[in-house]
Amino acid sequence: MTMHTLSVLVENKPGVLARVSGLFSRRGFNIDSLAVGETENPDVSRITIVVNAESSPLEQVTKQLNKLVNVLKIVELDPGVSVARELLLVKVRADRVARSQVLETVNLFRARVVDVAPDTLTIEATGTPDKLDALLRDLEPFGIKEMVQSGLVAIGRGSRSITAGPALRAA
Amino acid sequence: MTRPTPETLAHSTRRARSVADPARDTDQPVGAAPRPSAAANGVRAEAPVEVSGAGSLVRSLEALGVDVAFGIPGGAILPAYDPLYDSTVRHILVRHEQGAGHAATGYAQATGRVGVCIATSGPGATNLVTPIADAYMDSVPIVAITGQVARPSIGTDAFQEADIQGITLPITKHNFLVQTAEEIPRVLAEAFHLASTGRPGPVLVDIPKDVLQAQTTFTWPPTLDLPGYRPTVHPHGKQIREAARLMTAARRPVLYVGGGVLKAGATEALRQLAELTGIPVVTTLMARGAFPDSHPQHLGMPGMHGTVAAVYGLQKSDLIVALGARFDDRVTGKLDSFAPGAAVVHADIDPAEIGKNRAVDVPIVGDAKQVIEELIGAVTAERATGRIGDQTDWWAQLDDLRQRYPLGYDEPADGTLAPQYVIKRLGEIVGPDAVYVAGVGQHQMWASQFISYEKPYTWLNSGGLGTMGYAVPAAMGAKVGRPDTTVWAVDGDGCFQMTNQELATCALEGIPIKVAVINNGNLGMVRQWQTLFYGERYSNTELGTHKHRIPDFVKLAEALGCVGLRCENAADVDKTIEAAMAINDAPVVIDFVVGKDAMVWPMVAAGTSNDEIMFARGVRPVFDEDDV
Repeated sequence: MTMHTLSVLVENKPGVLARVSGLFSRRGFNIDSLAVGETENPDVSRITIVVNAESSPLEQVTKQLNKLVNVLKIVELDPGVSVARELLLVKVRADRVARSQVLETVNLFRARVVDVAPDTLTIEATGTPDKLDALLRDLEPFGIKEMVQSGLVAIGRGSRSITAGPALRAA
Repeated sequence: MTRPTPETLAHSTRRARSVADPARDTDQPVGAAPRPSAAANGVRAEAPVEVSGAGSLVRSLEALGVDVAFGIPGGAILPAYDPLYDSTVRHILVRHEQGAGHAATGYAQATGRVGVCIATSGPGATNLVTPIADAYMDSVPIVAITGQVARPSIGTDAFQEADIQGITLPITKHNFLVQTAEEIPRVLAEAFHLASTGRPGPVLVDIPKDVLQAQTTFTWPPTLDLPGYRPTVHPHGKQIREAARLMTAARRPVLYVGGGVLKAGATEALRQLAELTGIPVVTTLMARGAFPDSHPQHLGMPGMHGTVAAVYGLQKSDLIVALGARFDDRVTGKLDSFAPGAAVVHADIDPAEIGKNRAVDVPIVGDAKQVIEELIGAVTAERATGRIGDQTDWWAQLDDLRQRYPLGYDEPADGTLAPQYVIKRLGEIVGPDAVYVAGVGQHQMWASQFISYEKPYTWLNSGGLGTMGYAVPAAMGAKVGRPDTTVWAVDGDGCFQMTNQELATCALEGIPIKVAVINNGNLGMVRQWQTLFYGERYSNTELGTHKHRIPDFVKLAEALGCVGLRCENAADVDKTIEAAMAINDAPVVIDFVVGKDAMVWPMVAAGTSNDEIMFARGVRPVFDEDDV
């Protein structure tokens, strides 16, 4: 099984996310990560879905997604020619003894401290899932009290835009 | 006994004049009526007028050319029933919302027009779930309109609140929760457009009560706003040429015809293609009538209870040309042993069907009629260059199988009436112009096997969902849509007890359908499986309609305002059917008391390969393996 990143452009209407996510579970696919937000066109939302699937069932789910009336366009992003990022917020145990070591790790990963408490630091990091996994691995020994991760968002490299098709103009 | 009142009959007669019978003897039910998209494109422009949301709904239905709607009022939908009272839309008050849904489906399948059903919020809407799922599985264009609690109450567990939009997400082609009265005309036009174009299907429109009560301006036509909806109807020329090349080269080809051919109005084109190529044809349960049963190239129905020739034909073919069919498990049997030597050309309007179950060599996305017409051109061009596949040996094998393993049945050893005989005689006496509507189970399979379908849109049934209780309400809908056509429901005693209350609707509304209850006193198909696979342990399949005569179907029919007849032996079958045919001013129910041990054959047991087809119990056809 391989990870596939789908960018799904949809009409920005109530209930569309439920249609998309419901279709995945109904057809027996597990969504690994999902992120949704507006695009440069306020009538269009973009859902980035990471799914673990073989290519032929993935083709089936893509075709089923295309049948949803509110879905405008689906593009599978090739990891070689796209940029993909997740956001991580993590609250790490950091008393006076450990604090400098935690900060060193934060700097090493070009992460940022966004909140400080006497015994914890809250760290913000963005990056590929691999980078964030590595960061978490290094922070784990200090004690992770709480963490939250966004879904992956991704965009193709180069000047071409997937939102520039005729379907999107119609929207 | 109670007959329809003069008022109801006059009402129906008036309607009968105004409703054409487009499907009869024609190939064009789809699009025979004004297409909703055409209406939405400005065919019937109307000046803006101040109305309530409910008024806007009813005016939209009128503008869309709706002549009939099946439904039941209730609290949340009540505002809509006030303008409906004065509307040109005939509303038929059913006895259960499930009946409204199946009636809309029967209407749509018989006429090709969009069927409409109406229910209130909560239980009214949830009672529509089964017929909506049924229409979804069989790709039937219906629009379901439901009332919803007022917007401020949504999400509060208000009285009769159910999230019907959420509930029907997986079983509708699309659904809407209307947010403002202004959008009602556009949403209705979009719903009809979505239901009837591309791969047809059910669309639900849920309208909150306060939206129905709000004041708005009705203007027509609205502008459709469906940027993500672009069905592909025109096939790709390269794929058509490739398919034609395979069709002229194949030595053991089969045309595997599904319900999409009927929906596309492509039956005449199909006949031309079949006769041009000489390729044998099989018609699925959803496609019975798409190709005449009497045609020499017709091998019959494939699948679990298909003919030996049709099952073998697909199984041993070197080329399957699937037209508007979806390689359903009832057709393929065990998928990985299905037609192992066949290349596959798969044409369907729904790209998601292509390659879903069976890998495809030539995928064609398009409307079946356009696909078949283009195939005729491409095959003609191929043949002009001298490429004509030799099917002589193939036809010799198939003809031999047809002769050795025709559809048939044994007379019951206990002297009871054979259900197959009843159904066979029904088809012979009533003839190929009538519409036959079946429930689900043994009687459905026998009705598919033993009635000869010569014309399109004469066979309606619940294929994909297998909905018991479909027949009576669907027959009602079909009769409303084609009032000049004789409509027979062929039902089982189990199915009939699920929805027979709609006979009251038929009696009061002047909808004289005829019902042949094939009463074997049991849930027959389940009992057959118990006989074959559960050691004859008949757990909960005996219904008591024989032993206790509860209910007495003749008395039940009379109580529902119908004529009730009973037939218990072969000698009376013809005259009972003829007596029913002579009654045209009331619905008729015949209780055919038949033997309980009759079984449906041939049979491919669930989960086994089509190679394992049984011609009768313990009888496997002898295939000459050297031939293939």
